[in-house]
Amino acid sequence: MERSLTHIALFAALIAVLGLVPRVDLATGVPITAQSLGIMLCGTVLGAKRGALAVLLFLLLVALGLPLLSGGRGGLGVFVGPSAGFLVGFPVAAFVAGWVMQRTTLPPFWAAACGAVIGGIGVLYIFGISGMALVLDKSLSEAALLGLAFLPGDLIKAVLAGLLTLAIARARPGALLSRRDAPAA
Amino acid sequence: MLTLTSPVETALHRLRAGPKLAVLAGFTFALFWISAPLWLGFALVAVGGLYLRGGVQFFRHGVAMLRPLWPFVAVVGLWHLWTEDLAAGGVIVLRMLAAVAAANLVTMTTRLSDMIAVLERLARPLAPVLPPRRLALAIALVIRFIPVLTERMAHLAQAWRARSGRRPGWRLIAPAALAALDDAEQVANALRARGGAG
Repeated sequence: MERSLTHIALFAALIAVLGLVPRVDLATGVPITAQSLGIMLCGTVLGAKRGALAVLLFLLLVALGLPLLSGGRGGLGVFVGPSAGFLVGFPVAAFVAGWVMQRTTLPPFWAAACGAVIGGIGVLYIFGISGMALVLDKSLSEAALLGLAFLPGDLIKAVLAGLLTLAIARARPGALLSRRDAPAA
Repeated sequence: MLTLTSPVETALHRLRAGPKLAVLAGFTFALFWISAPLWLGFALVAVGGLYLRGGVQFFRHGVAMLRPLWPFVAVVGLWHLWTEDLAAGGVIVLRMLAAVAAANLVTMTTRLSDMIAVLERLARPLAPVLPPRRLALAIALVIRFIPVLTERMAHLAQAWRARSGRRPGWRLIAPAALAALDDAEQVANALRARGGAG
């Protein structure tokens, strides 16, 4: 019980801290922030349920008025803005990434990278693009064009999520809750 | 830690958080049903007026909070210039600005403690699945550990720079995540030793 709670809380804090890290601009000029990497890691390290709960806890603190989203954004405004769909998709993305990690027997790097691509890109973009289409009153394909700008950065982040999960699996094999056979509750 | 609550005291700060959030919900819902540019413009001006009542500094702060929206305003503007349907573009932009500005206004005039009080009231029906004490503990843990982890990241970055001339970048994330995992174990043990999380 306590272990689940502290893992969820500490990873929610980790997502926030990764948003404070100054953004890195890729050679192509596409800005990437480490925040969505944090979302992917919540799923791949904590597993589906706890990962999604950690992201929900993080979003709750954003809604309460803490400026925890990358770029110091926060408050209720972000949940009605054009990128609100991505925020709604965050916990689902973490859940799917964790589910892939738990349900496959692939080695950690491949499982985490696949989970990050399916959850952190596939599922997240469905939510994000629907949100943009709704707020900006565009068709889904028009909104998808806007979303494409983030794709190169997110693909790199999925690979990084795989590498980081592998590094964590090697350093603390027992700490990877997503790969425990019988997770101690 | 800093919150988005404005240090400039306005009349809105003194209103209760619950009714403010209810009015905001109604306002936002209404915005998405209105498609007359005139009414949307009126709504935006009304929200702007509420900001101005808090003074010029408060108004400027509110405008600065809308900065992340400008790229979207630019994209929508260019799009509708190209399709030569500026009225539709205006409706989208006005609605988006009014909705986000109104939500930011509530955030800027409501203290974190008041927000948490509303949350506690809203979460009461969930008590069988999610005891209020556990939720409060989780929120407190996150708020406490953000500065702890930030400091840990800064130490890791210093250690990296002592060894390498290159920028640390993403390589710090693995040790930071490991630190979070270790802290989580220790805090869990500490909680259990003190009677559990309830």
